[in-house]
Amino acid sequence: MSLTTPSEPGPPPAPEPAPSAGGAANGLSNDAPPRPPFAQDWRRIARMGAIGAIGQIFISLSNMPVKLDGRAIIEGVLSLGYLSLVVLPLAAGSRVGHQLRREGVPFHRPGAHEVIGGAACGALVGGGLSLLAVLIANFDLREPLVNWSPILAELLAFNRGTAFAVIIWLAIGAAVGAAGGLLRVVPSLARRVLWTMVLTLFGSAVLESLTTDLAEGMGIEGLVDWFYAPRGGLTITGAIALAAGSGVLAFVARGRIKGAKARIDALEGPARNRAHLGLILATAAVLVILPMFAGKLTNELLANVGLFVLLALGLNIVVGLAGILDLGYVAFFAVGSYSAAVLTAATSPKIHPELPWFVALIGVVLLTGLVGLFIGAPVIRMRGDYLAIVTLGFGEIIRLLFLSDWLSGWFGGSQGITNIPGAEIFGLAEVAGTDPRSVFYLVLAFCAIAIYVSWRLERSRIGRAWMAVREDETVAEAMGINTVNVKLLAFVVGAVLGSFSGAIFSAKVGSVFPASFLILVSIVILVVVIFGGMGNIVGVIAGSAVLIGVLGGPKQPGLLAEFSEFKLLIYGALLVWMMLARPEGLIPSVRRTRELHQEELAQDAWLRGQTEDDNGEDQS
Amino acid sequence: MSTAAQQPILETRGLGVDFGGLKALDGLDLAVYPGEIVSVIGPNGAGKTTLFNAITATVAASEGDIRFEGESLIGLDPNRVTSRGIARTFQNVRLFANMTVLENVMVSQHCRTRQSVFGALLFTKAFRDEEAEITERGKEVLSFFGHRLVGYRFDQPAYTLSYANRRRLEIARAMATQPKLILLDEPVAGMNPTESAELTGLIGRLRDEWGFAIVVIEHDMEVVREVSDRVVVLDHGVKIAEGDYADVAVDPQVIEAYLGHGATA
Repeated sequence: MSLTTPSEPGPPPAPEPAPSAGGAANGLSNDAPPRPPFAQDWRRIARMGAIGAIGQIFISLSNMPVKLDGRAIIEGVLSLGYLSLVVLPLAAGSRVGHQLRREGVPFHRPGAHEVIGGAACGALVGGGLSLLAVLIANFDLREPLVNWSPILAELLAFNRGTAFAVIIWLAIGAAVGAAGGLLRVVPSLARRVLWTMVLTLFGSAVLESLTTDLAEGMGIEGLVDWFYAPRGGLTITGAIALAAGSGVLAFVARGRIKGAKARIDALEGPARNRAHLGLILATAAVLVILPMFAGKLTNELLANVGLFVLLALGLNIVVGLAGILDLGYVAFFAVGSYSAAVLTAATSPKIHPELPWFVALIGVVLLTGLVGLFIGAPVIRMRGDYLAIVTLGFGEIIRLLFLSDWLSGWFGGSQGITNIPGAEIFGLAEVAGTDPRSVFYLVLAFCAIAIYVSWRLERSRIGRAWMAVREDETVAEAMGINTVNVKLLAFVVGAVLGSFSGAIFSAKVGSVFPASFLILVSIVILVVVIFGGMGNIVGVIAGSAVLIGVLGGPKQPGLLAEFSEFKLLIYGALLVWMMLARPEGLIPSVRRTRELHQEELAQDAWLRGQTEDDNGEDQS
Repeated sequence: MSTAAQQPILETRGLGVDFGGLKALDGLDLAVYPGEIVSVIGPNGAGKTTLFNAITATVAASEGDIRFEGESLIGLDPNRVTSRGIARTFQNVRLFANMTVLENVMVSQHCRTRQSVFGALLFTKAFRDEEAEITERGKEVLSFFGHRLVGYRFDQPAYTLSYANRRRLEIARAMATQPKLILLDEPVAGMNPTESAELTGLIGRLRDEWGFAIVVIEHDMEVVREVSDRVVVLDHGVKIAEGDYADVAVDPQVIEAYLGHGATA
């Protein structure tokens, strides 16, 4: 090893001459000349290559490439299956060229060094597949590893035999890895344009069913037929047009979006409120108008996303604001669904008052609030890990109670309650699963309520008390906050918001079974909250749109229906990546970002304070 | 003592705290009178902070009684003790670090405010009035510390404050609970001489301008001499001396507790 990269432990870099103002891009580090192309940190490359190769083999043996191969991104050129095999070499190739920008550490201008390092690392990652091809050809891997199908071998070899597979994957890996390295070299504008193009292509392929559906509603099928191939995926001409269009757009819009956002953030007082109000109204208008043009499929998807937004907003109050890690949140969803079913359905085994949905909703809210109190009362006396485990238990207990023979006279046991009528809205409309558009509007209305509740409560005496409890429970209590009451309140508010979702769910699906309320639902809601950005309303909505809309919920298919088998795997991978790269979530709350990057921010603030105190305080 | 005729605001009688056989406090009798500043001193492990914890119900007293304004505090939850009118600070600063400076003093008025979920949701006049009121009182309390915690600092998260300012904010937070008695646990620990001299002055002003009775745990003898009307010395959970600073400072038992046996010889 002739060179030490910053992340490797090694001798400290030689002291640099004092940094001159404006010398470096961000004023923090000094630019150094590019490193020589072949003086690589081979050990690092080998390590990352090996990790990537293992990842590739794992992906292949999970049968993901074969399953996803049916979904074309660009017709005849790239399928989702092959895409799943080039993501890792690209990431590894790019990662190898990563340098930390730190004060006092020389920052080498990227160049051939990065490309060659990326290519080498990418070849290793791709080599994982070469190795796999050889293993498949020579040994019987089906015995211990049952998931993969023999089609994998053909897929890896492009139907040309093992030797070809070995060579082609080394080559593909090297090429993709080099591209990853190249991403470090090209100027940031080019990088942004490139990423926009790639994401546009991927996005429009993913959203295919959605856009087709919308286009049909608006009567522009002809345009869609030109972009999308009949058997799925973009047409080549369509892909080129999209890439070119988005590339030009990204080039023209460079910095503008960020600038506009900065301008809005810089606004103060009423002007800022007006800008935010405008944004909210515009979003609301789109959400109200869009479903009118959309078909069943899109509305079904939107309704599912909305249901999870509702659940996630409820859980966000419990976890995000009050800091109570509730792993059994599905209990309230279940109680909401079942109580709505019992109160509205004629087929309910024991009592069947057959109330109209809106009247039943009052009962649902009261019942779920009561259950929230009952579960909450013992649970919130615990703290931290113990509390999480106990909520997990209660979530299961509720499901098992609905399943039990003991209560089957009331709730139908594993048969559940079926034939639940839709929700009648003051005689105006009938909301039922057969009409996803009306379901979506109902969900939208309740989401609006939930957003309002979250927003108002966060800025109230109760919300501040929740935050204080989250920060330091002992001190909160010593400052006169009745922590038991306050936490119980968070539990109940969260439960009531969850019950809305449950009541809509039972009217939408028309039947409730204990199997709809598995522990998995709790986990998925929690993942949505964490992934989106804990404590932030917009983040929670975004998380739900990405996870539930694209990947699909526990039972609900998302846009990428092919993923359904690998949903949990991808959830897990996304969550791990998120915790490493961006622990504050997709769209974080300001507070949470501060919390997680406290040290850096505190340092900055301290430095500022030092100079300030020197000027100000000693004179007084 | 001129205050002897008055009824004490805080009184402990035979207060004992037991940590599984270890007597952290043992039969402690202590009285604090309205408008008085009492210092509690003693070597490490003497039971000073335990005394505070017992008064604020953070730890349970195993024997004896604590009376505040003539009523017993035994068996109350910490938040009830605070709403009766006792506020405290912590030895190792414990702010709500991710809440803003203003929010810190707003949230500690929790037990003085009434508005619940419905007020917040309906945005009632009562809710808005109460919000305005606690914001106002919060700012008033913060302005007690001069320019340090006001202006742009209102909206800064508490952890960005310098160490001395964090200590000041802790006191402000205690003041915001609208107490009659404030317990200060080593308020000047870790401060430089200028800062601690300034804070010493502030402790006096807390009594004079705000009318609080104050109990202060302090190791800095300079501060103790400056602020205290009376000094109580603890050692191994037992009160070994009480009186004004000049008397206590020459008490052989106190010197022995601090310097060890034989130091008085």
